[in-house]
Amino acid sequence: MIATIITQLLGALAVASAMMVVLSKHPVRSVLYLVVTFFFISGLYIMMNAQFLAIVNIIVYAGAIMVLFLFVLMLLNLNKDAEPKTPTIIWIISTVAGGVLFLVLVAALKDIVLVSQKDDFAPISNIGLVENLGNTLFTKFVVPFEISSILFISAMVGAILLAKRDKPTID
Amino acid sequence: MGATVNIDFFVILSSLLFVIGAFGVMIRRNMIVLLMCIELMLNAVNLLFVSFSTYYGNADAQIFVFFIIVVAAAEATVGLSILILAYRHLRSIDVSIFNKLKG
Repeated sequence: MIATIITQLLGALAVASAMMVVLSKHPVRSVLYLVVTFFFISGLYIMMNAQFLAIVNIIVYAGAIMVLFLFVLMLLNLNKDAEPKTPTIIWIISTVAGGVLFLVLVAALKDIVLVSQKDDFAPISNIGLVENLGNTLFTKFVVPFEISSILFISAMVGAILLAKRDKPTID
Repeated sequence: MGATVNIDFFVILSSLLFVIGAFGVMIRRNMIVLLMCIELMLNAVNLLFVSFSTYYGNADAQIFVFFIIVVAAAEATVGLSILILAYRHLRSIDVSIFNKLKG
């Protein structure tokens, strides 16, 4: 019973901090609220017995990607005047469109017929541990794993090429 | 930790997070915040993957979450370097300025 309350509390806090990401005016605050959101989502992963993914989510998302965002924000040195203004008509249209999108998503997902109807959602299992995930990753999904390394190399080369100055200072 | 939460809770929660991300993409003009909202949407999808992985007791969806994290990292890297390049040329991160590609 206490686990149910913790899960619902984590979900509500994740939604609240996600709203703060969108609504806060300052980009640095948005980044920090996004880090908080990732921590809550990691807590939900722990409640769902996906322990290794929770740790990876904190290390990679909250640790690496968000630090990259903060670093770029620091490089650009934006002040408060640089924050672009959104017209009111865009606010109204976006609110309506977002609400309609939520209704459509929930209505579509409500009608899915699940194969197994269980009440006990997360039984104690070891599928989220690193041993089981590593076995699956390096046997069944080894080809996508190698392709993802190629993706990383091309992203790295692309980032370096894009961020380089136009005129290299080579004599 | 056997949390007796129904799967509907996670479906609605991740739909809500996805919609908040899409809402942010629609209303914000700041390009960095736009990229962050895309990360939020990817996380909503990850949450749904993990919840169904737990529901069916199958680890394949958790491997998919790894690949989504990989793609998100690559996307953030390339997107932020494009942003720095555009900022050097235009001195702004307002997305509505970037319609100069329009022919």
